[in-house]
Amino acid sequence: MTDVYLVGIDMIRFGRFPEKTVPQLAAEAALMALDDAGLTIADMQALYCGNLYEANAMVGQRMLRMIGMTGIPVTNVANACATGATAFREAWTAIRAGVHDVVLAVGAEQMGKGMLSGGGAPAAFNPEGAIGSTSPPSMFALVGLEHQRLYGTTFEQFAKVSVKNHHHSTMNPKAMYQVETPLEQVMGAEMIAYPNTKLMCSVNVDGSAAAVLASEAAAKRLGLMDRAIKVRASVMTSDPFDPRDLAATDFNMVTRLAADRAYEAAGLGPDDIDLIELHDCFATAELVHYENLGLCAPGESGRMIDAGETTLGGRIPVNMSGGLLSKGHPLGATGIANIYEIATHLRGQAGARQVEGARIGLTHVCGGAQDMGSCCAIHILEKV
Amino acid sequence: MEAGSNFVPAIPQLRIPADAPPYLAGARCADCGQVYLARPVACPKCFSRREMAEVALAERGKLYSYTIIHRSFPGVKVPFVMAVVDLDDGATLRGTLADIVPDPAAIRFDMPVRLTFRDSGQLDAAGQPYLSYIFVPDEEAA
Repeated sequence: MTDVYLVGIDMIRFGRFPEKTVPQLAAEAALMALDDAGLTIADMQALYCGNLYEANAMVGQRMLRMIGMTGIPVTNVANACATGATAFREAWTAIRAGVHDVVLAVGAEQMGKGMLSGGGAPAAFNPEGAIGSTSPPSMFALVGLEHQRLYGTTFEQFAKVSVKNHHHSTMNPKAMYQVETPLEQVMGAEMIAYPNTKLMCSVNVDGSAAAVLASEAAAKRLGLMDRAIKVRASVMTSDPFDPRDLAATDFNMVTRLAADRAYEAAGLGPDDIDLIELHDCFATAELVHYENLGLCAPGESGRMIDAGETTLGGRIPVNMSGGLLSKGHPLGATGIANIYEIATHLRGQAGARQVEGARIGLTHVCGGAQDMGSCCAIHILEKV
Repeated sequence: MEAGSNFVPAIPQLRIPADAPPYLAGARCADCGQVYLARPVACPKCFSRREMAEVALAERGKLYSYTIIHRSFPGVKVPFVMAVVDLDDGATLRGTLADIVPDPAAIRFDMPVRLTFRDSGQLDAAGQPYLSYIFVPDEEAA
């Protein structure tokens, strides 16, 4: 099987664009990624398009109506917060299998403001409040307090994640917000679901990101190897059986499973990784994922954030983009936008937030809903 | 639950017998014994396809994790405590924990809780009240 290379990638600056359509947002990122690779839509042999909220509405084909109708196969994918990463992985799979050798992956989303509903048909009986909650903040508050139960992790330690990621975003011109949020401000913000305050919840924004992937032979043929980034691992998992997962959807086991498989596929370990973009949909999620991704021993993530090990300049910088907490979280775009951030560092083009000497990076997305399930996708990337 | 009321179940698994207290009807795998609230087609744990017996879920358990919801969807009364409870029969159930101060200082991991049934305050299209399940601190076990 051929190795797969990332040869073009870009994202629009995340924000709120109610005047645009989802296919328009997708088209903008697609053209930027094609320009980055020096290719055109006519060079693409297939399109994998990720979007959640218009999953029944052929976003990929509508995008091609705006940038070039070449008759290629279009696969529209939806997979909760891993939607963009799933589109990227389907593109990787097609090349790996030898079906295509130059492929476009796009992720785009338009989000409303406010709290996301859990999905599903509205019932006559509204369980919200009567039978707990299905809100996204509540899911990840449970995750945080489970960690507190196991290891004594504090509200303050979770809040420090948000301080760090907002700090990183001040150096990222493509982030929705570029403002510092001191610890007192984060902890004093409106409590949404204890221990996550409003500033510890990701920002609902519109956005898009796109990537061009190629086989090794195609990258050489097109003269793109000098800028190519090798995909060392592309792994996806769904929640494995656990009785508690059926009551409160699991995001830990599904990530540990994916991490184990990704490190094995890459022949690498956590110590080989220079920087990470992980799924900080809520501040509580970031700390548990330090452990799930093997960045530290179980129970050590609170100490890690206290010691600044994941801040720029630290042992293993995490979420240099500002993360979903500050860059923003347009669900379908997030998985490719995370890959854009890693690629930008591996190319040495991240400006003020550049992780010096970055050679290998890892992206992680993980999503799901109560009573439905979860998904996790991990990519390990290397500048060759 | 008041006698003689015309309660309707808030969720399909909630049973309201005429001559006995309400309960949650789950299913137990005939091979591995895992208990489920929502009856699967085959066992997601051991893949057994044997017919699962209906069982009443355990009414006692321990608090595994929780959160205090301060902001929910429009129209939902806050704050409230959302609990994840490991039931004594091996199933885990999500629900609201009532009769407790919604403050981390008042809530303890592993505290014993009891499953009970109360009027949800919501009515169906015919005007009948929905009976729902809810957790309360288990004073007897405390």
